[in-house]
Amino acid sequence: MQALSIHGLTKTYGNGVVALKGIDFEVAQGEFTALLGPNGAGKTTTIGIVTSLVNKTSGTVKVFDYDIDTDIERAKSCIGLVPQEINFNQWEKPYDIVVNQAGYYGIPRALAKERAEKYLRQLQLWDKRHDVSRHLSGGMKRRLMIARALVHEPKLLMLDEPTAGVDIEIRRSMWEFLKKINKEGITIILTTHYLEEAENLCRRVAIIDHGEIILQGRTRDLLSKLRTETFVLNLRHPLGALPPFDGYAVTQVDDTTLEVEIDKSQNVNALFGLLSQNDIQVMSMRNKVNRLEELFVRLIEGKG
Amino acid sequence: MLSPKEFMHTSRLNENWIGFKTIVIKETMRIARIWIQTLVPPVIQMTLYFLIFGAFIGSRVGKMGGYSYMEFLAPGLIMMSVINNSYANVVSSFFGARFARHVEELQVSPMPNSLIILGFVVGGVIRGLAVGILVAAVALLFTHLHIAHPLITLSVVILTAVVFALGGFINAVFAKNFDDVTIIPTFVLTPLTYLGGVFYSISLLPHLWANVSKVNPILYMVNAFRYGILGVSDIGIGVAYGIIVLFIVVLFAVCEWLMYKGVGLRS
Ligand SMILES: Nc1ncnc2c1ncn2[C@@H]1O[C@H](COP(=O)(O)OP(=O)(O)O)[C@@H](O)[C@H]1O
Ligand SMILES: [Mg+2]
Repeated sequence: MQALSIHGLTKTYGNGVVALKGIDFEVAQGEFTALLGPNGAGKTTTIGIVTSLVNKTSGTVKVFDYDIDTDIERAKSCIGLVPQEINFNQWEKPYDIVVNQAGYYGIPRALAKERAEKYLRQLQLWDKRHDVSRHLSGGMKRRLMIARALVHEPKLLMLDEPTAGVDIEIRRSMWEFLKKINKEGITIILTTHYLEEAENLCRRVAIIDHGEIILQGRTRDLLSKLRTETFVLNLRHPLGALPPFDGYAVTQVDDTTLEVEIDKSQNVNALFGLLSQNDIQVMSMRNKVNRLEELFVRLIEGKG
Repeated sequence: MLSPKEFMHTSRLNENWIGFKTIVIKETMRIARIWIQTLVPPVIQMTLYFLIFGAFIGSRVGKMGGYSYMEFLAPGLIMMSVINNSYANVVSSFFGARFARHVEELQVSPMPNSLIILGFVVGGVIRGLAVGILVAAVALLFTHLHIAHPLITLSVVILTAVVFALGGFINAVFAKNFDDVTIIPTFVLTPLTYLGGVFYSISLLPHLWANVSKVNPILYMVNAFRYGILGVSDIGIGVAYGIIVLFIVVLFAVCEWLMYKGVGLRS
């Protein structure tokens, strides 16, 4: 069963900004998936459409097979949302915020109170339950939103940049918590613009940029792609058959052009040895830059 | 035994009922939490009206509609405070929820729009009635209130509060800042209330102005309420109910439509 299945989703805002250009995105039940992309990529828009905070322009969204166009109430019951921006009433107390949220999902008050205690404790907010939530620290406010999102025990938890602006220590403990509840069975989708976060947490990752999903798959596979570099070699003489290059993935583009994929940990000297042995003279060589790599560089440098 | 489908249905109803109650509890808690803003100012304002118009000036006015001016004035002022406060409660609470974004807590939940609207409306009615009761208590310091038709009094005051709570909701949907929350009360509600027979009987007006007054819906509400208490009215009571119910139906439909479209909520 797919926890989330998005097809051909587009969004054009009222001011003409095209935020999503037709994305397809699937998340299987039980997965822990990152939606990774720089600022303005369309992450919040995607989450917003799934959670009824943004109107879609076209496309379909299903949550555990409930189509948001026809079965919105059931779709909503499956989702817990931790938004990017603080959106609780800061004059209220954490306890009331969580108990009331349970009420909106139809949970009887006595049970709502039990759940509120359970999740406020898990997120180390129980001592603060009667404080005015305006006075909580930034990290606590985020944890409060996590407790609020969990109180109706959703099958799918969506977190929009949950660790942005949160210090390292809290970020790590939040990661541990998310890993734990994912192991217990909750499907998790989180958006982030930190590559490190996706790498540490998520089995799968979808990379979004300029309203398009460029790539999705297992995080491990994507990272190994990232660890290779492609060089384009221009040869002096046209090459007939391609001689064997042990240990290198070489493709012949045309008579005088070769592309070599090299693991970044590999030594390039041996490649030139092989080229010389086969009497291939290289006139020039350049690094092939692809969009994904560029994006990764931006993500790694944290420029967004 | 219920079939699974029936069971789903009843449990969904039950969940919606819990959600609705939650909004009402939350709204009531809000009224209580900021009682200095929600309950005190209208009581002070109305006390001043009672003193100035009822006691100081009213003692010189003589009879109005067959009653002492104070007796005539009391139902009008109670109704005026119910109107203002049911409107004010919903407009500030729902706009506040949009502004600080906690309306999203409701938007992501499976609560149907109609119950979200209704929850806020009941909040507005509670504030309207709470203030109305306080103002009535103040009125008792100046005059006696003998209620001629309790059922009419109660139903008119509740239905009128519903009308203005719905109005406040629509205002809150369109408001872009806190100034927009006060525009309608200042430029529409207050004039219509003042001209709606709170302070005088339209039988005192020249024929033309008495007729003009009759397009003012608030006139019907104030008079119906006054009829409930004193047993006198400038207008037919059936017409008043008709107008009030019509307003409720139309305004509720507008609220539903705005929520369905996500006006002011979903971009
Ligand atoms: N309410 C809005 N109205 C108009 N444009 C918007 C709105 N929200 C977001 N955008 C634009 O849509 C694009 C995607 O934004 P967003 O989904 O917030 O990206 P991300 O969450 O990945 O940073 C951006 O260009 C942003 O400026
Ligand atoms: Mg965002």
